[in-house]
Amino acid sequence: MYVAVKGGETAIAHSLDLLADRRRGDRDIPEVTLEQIDAQLSLAVDRVMTEGSCYDRALAALAVKQARGDLFEAVFLLRAYRTTLPRFGHSRPIDTSRMVAERRISSTFKDIPGGQVLGPTFDYTHRLLDFSLMADGERPIAPTAPVDAAQELPRVGDILEREGMLEPPPPADSGAPTQDITRDPLAFPASRAVRLQNLARGDEGFLLALGYSTQRGYGNNHPFVGEVRYGSVPVAFVPEELGFAIEIAEIDVTECDMVNQFAGSHEVPPQFTRGYGLAFGHSERKAMSMALVDRALRAEELSEVVTSPAQDEEFVLAHSDSVEASGFVQHLKLPHYVDFQSELVVVRTLREEVEARRAKDASLSALGQAAE
Amino acid sequence: MSGIASRDIAPGLADPAHDSQRLFRTILDAFSHPGRIVSLPDAPAAVPPLSRAATAFVLTLVDRDTPLWLAPAFDTPAVRDFIRFHTGTLLVGSESEALFALLTPDRSPLFDAFAIGTDAYPDRSATLVVEVPSLTGGPPLALRGPGIDGQAQLSATGLPESFVAERAANHALFPCGVDLVLTAGAELVALPRSIVVER
Amino acid sequence: MPDTIADQGRDEGAYNYAYLDEQTKRMIRRAILKAVAVPGYQVPFGGREMPLPYGWGTGGIQITASIIGRDDTLKVIDQGADDTTNAVSIRRFFAKVAGVATTTRTEEATVIQTRHRVPETPLREGQILVFQVPIPEPLRMLEPRETETRTLHALSEYGVMQVSLYESIARHGRISKAYNYPVLVNGRYIMSPSPIPKFDNPKLDRNPALQLYGAGREKRIYAVPPHTPVKSLDFDDHPFEIERWTQCCDLCGSTESFLDEMIVDDEGTRRFICSDTDYCQERQEAQRLEAQSQKGERQ
Repeated sequence: MYVAVKGGETAIAHSLDLLADRRRGDRDIPEVTLEQIDAQLSLAVDRVMTEGSCYDRALAALAVKQARGDLFEAVFLLRAYRTTLPRFGHSRPIDTSRMVAERRISSTFKDIPGGQVLGPTFDYTHRLLDFSLMADGERPIAPTAPVDAAQELPRVGDILEREGMLEPPPPADSGAPTQDITRDPLAFPASRAVRLQNLARGDEGFLLALGYSTQRGYGNNHPFVGEVRYGSVPVAFVPEELGFAIEIAEIDVTECDMVNQFAGSHEVPPQFTRGYGLAFGHSERKAMSMALVDRALRAEELSEVVTSPAQDEEFVLAHSDSVEASGFVQHLKLPHYVDFQSELVVVRTLREEVEARRAKDASLSALGQAAE
Repeated sequence: MSGIASRDIAPGLADPAHDSQRLFRTILDAFSHPGRIVSLPDAPAAVPPLSRAATAFVLTLVDRDTPLWLAPAFDTPAVRDFIRFHTGTLLVGSESEALFALLTPDRSPLFDAFAIGTDAYPDRSATLVVEVPSLTGGPPLALRGPGIDGQAQLSATGLPESFVAERAANHALFPCGVDLVLTAGAELVALPRSIVVER
Repeated sequence: MPDTIADQGRDEGAYNYAYLDEQTKRMIRRAILKAVAVPGYQVPFGGREMPLPYGWGTGGIQITASIIGRDDTLKVIDQGADDTTNAVSIRRFFAKVAGVATTTRTEEATVIQTRHRVPETPLREGQILVFQVPIPEPLRMLEPRETETRTLHALSEYGVMQVSLYESIARHGRISKAYNYPVLVNGRYIMSPSPIPKFDNPKLDRNPALQLYGAGREKRIYAVPPHTPVKSLDFDDHPFEIERWTQCCDLCGSTESFLDEMIVDDEGTRRFICSDTDYCQERQEAQRLEAQSQKGERQ
């Protein structure tokens, strides 16, 4: 007798065992360590921390390992852990002008105070596969210029702003405490703080494609990279019992200030507008894409006509999250046979009705022909 | 919690996760069956002049995200310290800022000035806990609406003459409006805005 | 300093009862009370990331986690069945994080979490039915913008839905919506009953159990209190009707239940069995006992 296919405990247990086995792979090859992932796949760790919105290299490395390198899955793992953590309070805003920068470039000025610092970048590699890495290609330690941690790096945006050439940063939301999108549901229209949180957690690929679309005429920003910088900044926290700020950590971030299309009117002299991006670790593509999309989403605020997907707040903010998107796309794997059965019944009924009508028409026309 | 001498404060829920779960289910039962008197057997001791039920209601649902308004009769140092210590809530002086409120029935008009939500977001509205002498023995009121099979009855004492008219005005705002909870001793009755109250 | 990252050792068992922290539960509980107070209205809530993917029941799980306690008995079904993989997975989750008793018997359960079905066995007062909802907005496929649909609900402006059903009649001669068939709750809000087959819609009407609906990804909770009128939308000349089968269940012979269709060979031979596995098994058991007692009487 046919027995309906049922999953059940055993199937799940076996699946989990298989998954763990496949993750480990060939036992003759040494297991990858979290230190190796953190040190040698550090950009994967950075991305997982950014989209997982949790700055913890060890946990992000663990997530990458557990997810077998599937970064979407790793982001999800880290998020699901983060959501269970108790909340002590909010840090003070980080000050990126105090960044100890390892890399810092501007495409708007040839030279800037503090200088252009190329730092480590894929930009000028020739994308030739380096076969020496197939063997144990040990590298000599790279020479690094001494970094003056005490030197402040004024942001290019601030310099332009002093001159009135660039708008001041959009005002922070009026006095009210900043909404936390991991605690409060998204509502439209969203504040700038909510938008930036959403974009910072948003999927890099999604933001990249949207940012790209603005460069191809779907909501043109006329962007210039005012500055991209990457380095470490201190994080400060004000414990209630102390009443003053103490430094609790240092984190690496990538920041992008995009200088865009000028606006102005008869009353207000024209000035450039801003788009902003920030990501954990070294994530330039993410920070730049975010800055493009942030600027595009300011269309309404800057009285531009909203015509393109990247300018459409509901469209962008509701679809940027890879954990939401991945879950909902993949839920189609779940059984839907009840819904499908329901549709089958309806479609069959509709087909029968069409057939019956056809048959009736045919017999009527046959009758008609016979009568002629 | 600084500035509050915790030794003077009555204990809250003995076993927060499980006590609040049982209390919530009882409150949910009351909201699902308007007019039904439910008792809160696991309620901690009352913090006078609050009843046990009102005390338990606050401990179950109020926290730092839900500003609370206290009627003058309840605005005592003991009550304030207890509520602040156990819930971390913000006690507000203006009715319109409150998401929860503890009221005495002599307030007139009873529901005035509390948040009723908006047509787009009717959930952004206040829940009012009204302490009454008793939930039984008063003039009977007929209740109809979601959660009620046909008709239910409410016979609380101490409600003002204007109660039915005020309730009718509140119901007319639907989906906006405030939700009511009447408390006495360790018992509670819920009157969500969806319910029609008639004499 | 620990020697390796792994040595930093994190406590795996440090989760709260029923997984969610108390503050989150309170937030969800408040949303549930609002949902009950405004039947059919979708209350936004601060949905959390859950340890299973969005679209796989995160809304239902958050509701269940916020209401469930040690006195409860939990039943979890997916497509009507207790033993489909996702139902098993969710049931295991609660058995683990809430130490709760589980059952497959509809009658024994105090809380039933479901995806896509309402049990055939009538529910009673005191039971809570928790629906997993993918898209809570019944107007979403007609109007993708939240800002628009929110206004339509606020104004009770549901013409767009009527038009869509009418277009279906114009095109197909009947309302072709098969599942997730929109309903009007207590005469005010149009509500998505989640993707249950329309076969189950009549069970929502004036049901003595409390119905709670949770959409995790979309961060909405809504409710239908007990005994509340729930009307499936229709027209006077095209009244609402449910699916019918010419077949009966191959296992229990039921002609009353929703049937799953299975293709059992290469020729496309079909078999039909109850989608509600508990209902089907109860009937088979009753038939077996009946047969035994008849046999006993004859002997």
